[in-house]
Amino acid sequence: MSSTRKQPLTVFGKHFTVFLLVALWTLPTLGLLISSVRDKDQLTESGWWTSMSSTDLTDAYRTPEAQAQESVDGQFVITDSIFEQSQGQRVKSWSLSPRDLGAYGPGETVTLDNGSEMTLQEDGTLRWTNSEAFEHSRGERVFYTAAVPPRFTLDNYAEVLEAEGIGRAFINTMTVTLPATFIPILIAAFAAYALAWMKFPGRLWILALIVGLLVVPLQISLIPVLRMYTNLGNTFGIEPKSYPGIWLAHTAFGLSLAVYLLRNYMSGLPKEVMESARMDGASHFDVFRTIVLPLSVPALASFAIFQFLWVWNDLLVALVFLGKGEGKTVMTAQLVELLGSRGDNWEILTAGAFITIIVPLIVFISMQRFFVRGMLAGSVKGG
Amino acid sequence: MAQQLLTGLFAIALAIGLSAMFFIGCNYLLDRFLSSDSLSGDVARQRRDNLREGIRPWIFVGPALFILTVWLIYPVFASFWYSLLDRTASNFVGFSNYVWAFNDQNFLVAIRNNILWLIFVPTLSTAFGLLIAYMTDRLWWGQVARSLVFLPMAISFVGASVIWKFVYDFRAGGDEQIGLLNAIVVALGGDPVPWITVPFWNNFLLMIILVWIQTGFAMVILGAAIRGVPEDTLEAAHMEGANEFTIFFKIVIPQIFGTIVVVWTTITILVLKIFDIVFAMTNGQWDTNVLANLMYDQLFRAGHIGRGSAVAFVIMLAVTPIMIYNIRRARKDEQ
Repeated sequence: MSSTRKQPLTVFGKHFTVFLLVALWTLPTLGLLISSVRDKDQLTESGWWTSMSSTDLTDAYRTPEAQAQESVDGQFVITDSIFEQSQGQRVKSWSLSPRDLGAYGPGETVTLDNGSEMTLQEDGTLRWTNSEAFEHSRGERVFYTAAVPPRFTLDNYAEVLEAEGIGRAFINTMTVTLPATFIPILIAAFAAYALAWMKFPGRLWILALIVGLLVVPLQISLIPVLRMYTNLGNTFGIEPKSYPGIWLAHTAFGLSLAVYLLRNYMSGLPKEVMESARMDGASHFDVFRTIVLPLSVPALASFAIFQFLWVWNDLLVALVFLGKGEGKTVMTAQLVELLGSRGDNWEILTAGAFITIIVPLIVFISMQRFFVRGMLAGSVKGG
Repeated sequence: MAQQLLTGLFAIALAIGLSAMFFIGCNYLLDRFLSSDSLSGDVARQRRDNLREGIRPWIFVGPALFILTVWLIYPVFASFWYSLLDRTASNFVGFSNYVWAFNDQNFLVAIRNNILWLIFVPTLSTAFGLLIAYMTDRLWWGQVARSLVFLPMAISFVGASVIWKFVYDFRAGGDEQIGLLNAIVVALGGDPVPWITVPFWNNFLLMIILVWIQTGFAMVILGAAIRGVPEDTLEAAHMEGANEFTIFFKIVIPQIFGTIVVVWTTITILVLKIFDIVFAMTNGQWDTNVLANLMYDQLFRAGHIGRGSAVAFVIMLAVTPIMIYNIRRARKDEQ
């Protein structure tokens, strides 16, 4: 139908611009993911974008001592491989002095001061021969540059999960997140139903209050609530920083959004169904339980995703109300800890970060439709 | 560990069970003790019915109201009160915490940075979101492109900080750069820079992280709005020979302007509370502090309840205009 013929150049420009923007949005995450499975020596040597090609590694090696020699055809021979593990490394050049790294090529035979001959093959096999018996007690040092083929490993993950405490923190995050996602749903659903379908004085005021509370920064709650917990803890002799404490705090911080979203959804449900059920003598409680709740499942799901992502990804509330410790530090807090203490160990940071983001990513990708629907309902209509 | 997981599951069951029991129990009690069946006379019955149905809504909203009051409404007033007290919240000191704040170099830097964040992050996120939403609208691979831009929404601020800190990574002494940004700089013939320690400009590097996360949000909401623009208006504009730019600025933008404002405000509220990114990236060093991080510092490092509360209250004051605007609009919608 369109009467204008688009110029190929504009069309190309559009594809190209979108491609560029998408690259900008994906590359940082891709870099993290690739780096997290790279060998940690390679990670520090070269950028992740080169991870598919070999990296050059320069290292020193010391030959075995004299007792390793064998006598072959009247000659004394020491053979060894300069690589501890064979992973397809190829020697590019080698030398006997650290100042002149590129002195000899692979396969070249060099005569040493004492008349012995040394050959280093490309695959790292070293052969050192002499006409007299070797007597040295310290091995000769060999410096080499080798091309190391790309090496991918899950070692980083194993280390992060075990030694760096991310595995433990994963469980803690889980313990915080699941109850903090489910507790607000039922409470909010009842309140939303009352605000949508029951008539009582003050209803509009409560609605205004909920809308107002949507934007209240949670920073304002930290000190008073923490003091409240501390006082309660002192009075009853319990730990003030506890899981129930953080569940309730997260419940409160998510509740206004939950009530708001669910009320918007519920007030859009067909009036006739509700009214005829009421006519038949069903109480509000029955209507809520048998009609409204089942119909509201999509809205409940979208809030659940919101709250899940928010709690899982939260740092501040966890730092303040749960604190740190063996059974308490959540993943975000542990990751910040690692950023401070292992700031240069990118193999640890990248693997740790990936573990913290994988669960939200899976939830997000698999439930994206609910999430988008909730987001549209939450922000287009209100604030 | 297994035990802790069981505790979590038990807590879910307990929480759901308790709230269900509360609601079911209260309803049962209400119907049991305020039933009108035993009464004779229509007036008495009517009165009893009214009383019962007058109480019921409060059972429904009661728990939510209680939680909101204790965890959010009371703290607003309590925080204001604490902000008038001293370090240990034991003596009244008037407004001296606020006087301290507005004379403190750190606080002023934080205010400046918050203003920078407020100007750039909502604007850039909205602009990028709009651009991507519009450009991918009729692209055959638009859905894939949108999903990829949307993905960072699921990533925590801390996770995103690690991702970008890796991009900004700097290696001194002629080592090969493994951070993408410095690698590009070196490839173009420049010298590598320790980016996040460069005052003033480092703020923008931190802002990019939030823009990166929030663009997906803006894109999805604005994309839905763009799809709502009537097809025939666009057709007519094409017929008249208007080019893409004219259509975009003269037709699309005015039609979805309301949505743009909503997106912009939503991100603004988020920006006012921004904490994690600064905390993880620099912890406020190199002139990157923001109010929320300053508050955390005052509270948990300096241990000063009065000052911490004062900073928190400044953040509260900053969101108040948006709050009033939202309430007004919501009330208008209801009537």
